[in-house]
Amino acid sequence: MKSGNGKIMSGKNKNDLWAFFSSVKLALFTFFALALASIIGTIIPQGGEFLHFVESRHLSSGTIKVMQALSLPDMYHSWWFVGFLSLFAINLIVCTIDRFPNLLRLVRMDNIALGVDRIVKMPQRRQWFTAAGVEDAESFFAAKLAGFGWKVRHGAHDGHTLLFAQKGPWTRLGVIGVHTSILLIFVGAIIGSSLGFKASLMLPEGTTAAQVYSSGNDNATIPLKFQLRCDWFELDRYDNGTPKDYRSELTVLEDGHEVLKKAIEVNDPLVYRGITFYQSSYQPIKGSYAVEISDKARNLSHRFFIRPGKEIKWPEAGVGFGIVEQRPLYPNSIRHKIWFNDPAGDPVEFWVANGSRVPVVRGGNKYEIVIKQMYATGLQVAHDPGVWFVYAGCIIMLLGLYVAFFMSHRRVWVVLTPTDDGRLKVNFNGSTNKNRVGFDNHFNHMAEELGADESINLTRE
Amino acid sequence: MTSSMLLGITTIAYLVASGLYIALLVFRVKKLGTLATGLTAVTFLVQTAAIILRWMESYRMGYGHPPLSNMYESLVFFSWATVIFYFGLELKFKNRILGAFAIPFAFVSMALASMFHPDAIQPLVPALQSNWLFAHVMTCFVGYAAFAVASGLGVMYLVKLKFQGKEGLLASLPELRVIDDIIHKTIVFGFLWLSAGIITGAIWANSAWGTYWSWDPKETWSLITWFVYAAALHARFTRGWGGKRIAWLAIIGFVAVVFTYYGVNFLLSGLHSYGSG
Ligand code: HEM
Repeated sequence: MKSGNGKIMSGKNKNDLWAFFSSVKLALFTFFALALASIIGTIIPQGGEFLHFVESRHLSSGTIKVMQALSLPDMYHSWWFVGFLSLFAINLIVCTIDRFPNLLRLVRMDNIALGVDRIVKMPQRRQWFTAAGVEDAESFFAAKLAGFGWKVRHGAHDGHTLLFAQKGPWTRLGVIGVHTSILLIFVGAIIGSSLGFKASLMLPEGTTAAQVYSSGNDNATIPLKFQLRCDWFELDRYDNGTPKDYRSELTVLEDGHEVLKKAIEVNDPLVYRGITFYQSSYQPIKGSYAVEISDKARNLSHRFFIRPGKEIKWPEAGVGFGIVEQRPLYPNSIRHKIWFNDPAGDPVEFWVANGSRVPVVRGGNKYEIVIKQMYATGLQVAHDPGVWFVYAGCIIMLLGLYVAFFMSHRRVWVVLTPTDDGRLKVNFNGSTNKNRVGFDNHFNHMAEELGADESINLTRE
Repeated sequence: MTSSMLLGITTIAYLVASGLYIALLVFRVKKLGTLATGLTAVTFLVQTAAIILRWMESYRMGYGHPPLSNMYESLVFFSWATVIFYFGLELKFKNRILGAFAIPFAFVSMALASMFHPDAIQPLVPALQSNWLFAHVMTCFVGYAAFAVASGLGVMYLVKLKFQGKEGLLASLPELRVIDDIIHKTIVFGFLWLSAGIITGAIWANSAWGTYWSWDPKETWSLITWFVYAAALHARFTRGWGGKRIAWLAIIGFVAVVFTYYGVNFLLSGLHSYGSG
């Protein structure tokens, strides 16, 4: 069942190269090689931080050249690291192909046809004798084994009568699940890096973009097939000043028509046409403010992005307003003095704390006004058609690991052989590919019960 | 009663329990074992209560998150998981001496938590507000707990091997063959959870930032750890490695775990620096 056997059984034309790529020795080597190489990448800062690193260490230009030749600044994508990963993948593929036929044989094997001399040498064994007839003994064992939860098959050869039952032959394929899941994850990663992109976008409130900027070294612009507008950005803080939540209200437009609106937060992105927009950061736009005014009587509402000292008109509601003065308001905040006018009377001025919603009563009408810092929302943009392969690989890996580690292929046989003195010799045998101890216990328990049952009177001699 | 007070009691009680288990190893007085297990069980209940209480306190403060969000909380959880894992082993193998090589880990991580990490309940920054984060931390730490115990058993194996044949002290340790078997099973268990931990971490990263893998030092170190244990497992079931070599790999693997979990935060920089709080 181990490698020696497998090589004969699989019937491949083995050359040295094949043997090399299918060996577990190579796997152990690549495990350690990948582990060691990865350590280098965690010690030498990657990407943009590399230059900072070499400067702070005063490395000589020769050293830097060598490091660059080895692609150390971007080690995980270097030719040699990718080479190790490829070696790992090839090793896994070849090894799996190499062992597959043997594995399949073990899963589908006809265990009744297995020679009796092999069966009686299985690791778990008991031998009894009985005076009962073959048919009685056969039905006794069939009933008992069924009682223990085994589904029995009957057979006979060379004068022996056999009963056989097994559980979980397919669990042997768990290993294949684990190994192919790793390949599936690789496939997903390759698809993602060749057909997808990672990009970013700083989008000020009230503006629309139709392109994003690649996060790769080239910072290339990537045009979108649609437009994205940021309608509003909101930042909530905890009492101690750290950000609690930030969210952007986004609108997707196709040819100027709104097709989708969604408020995104960290951990809750917007997906449109396979492109995902993640809330990742924000940036205040100095000196600009976002204002939302609602006219309660007419049920109108409008947002403006303004600078202080300038009158803003909202013709629809007949309103004019502006920020005329600003003062700090406890640490971290400010208040704004608003000038406000509408047809209901003379203009008024009043103070509004940044971010709070304030009612303005004018004649029979009521307005509500909120004013806050204007922001640009920082978005990570990703298009990754490979991610579902990766996720599928992850799920298969976990299932496969569970099967490979905690489930086993267990087999039991009963062989009935007539003896010269007219009795029956009974061989009760079992084998498992894993969890030997657990199976031993189960087997012993069954053997004890069989031996104690008086219906066919099993004896040791 | 606040969760901090209960956790203070827990730390001291695990120290005493560790002492009792070690005394059991040295003096082989059965009563000590009963006492050690009894004390550990009670302490474990206190610790469980403390964790639940801390969770409730976070709601009272308006933050409302499971207590798995920073170094302090994860060390407490690690200690808790180590004890529950140890109890599983004690029940399965009916051997209390294993405790001398497991419960000290529970104490040390509680001690590290209370000495070096602020125990204030902190609000979560937006990136950490995800159920995947909690799935991630939990699965990782169940794995780490198993690996801690495996390394303790590795030490046990090597000690027993060194003094083999000499009667006395170490005669009460389980047979080498049995220790070897427990180490293997423990690593297998840990490996499944570590794999789940890496996967949930990747899913979380993808839902927060749009990349499931970015080779940041902590991710990379968890992968290194994974490779070490994968190597140990393959060496065993295909090349028949066992005994001393697996005992050493269990220890090396745990060194990698400690570095992934603890060292990376202090020595290297990256996304996960949240843990340094
Ligand atoms: C990190 C990646 C890998 C993981 C997680 C992994 C996982 C596993 C698991 C869970 C098993 C089953 C253990 C058991 O039967 O109890 C196994 C067996 C095995 N693996 Fe891997 N493996 C990996 C990489 C590789 C590679 C690169 C090779 C290349 C040769 C390989 C070769 C084998 C072989 C030959 C077996 C034994 C199968 C048998 O007994 O029939 N593995 N592996």
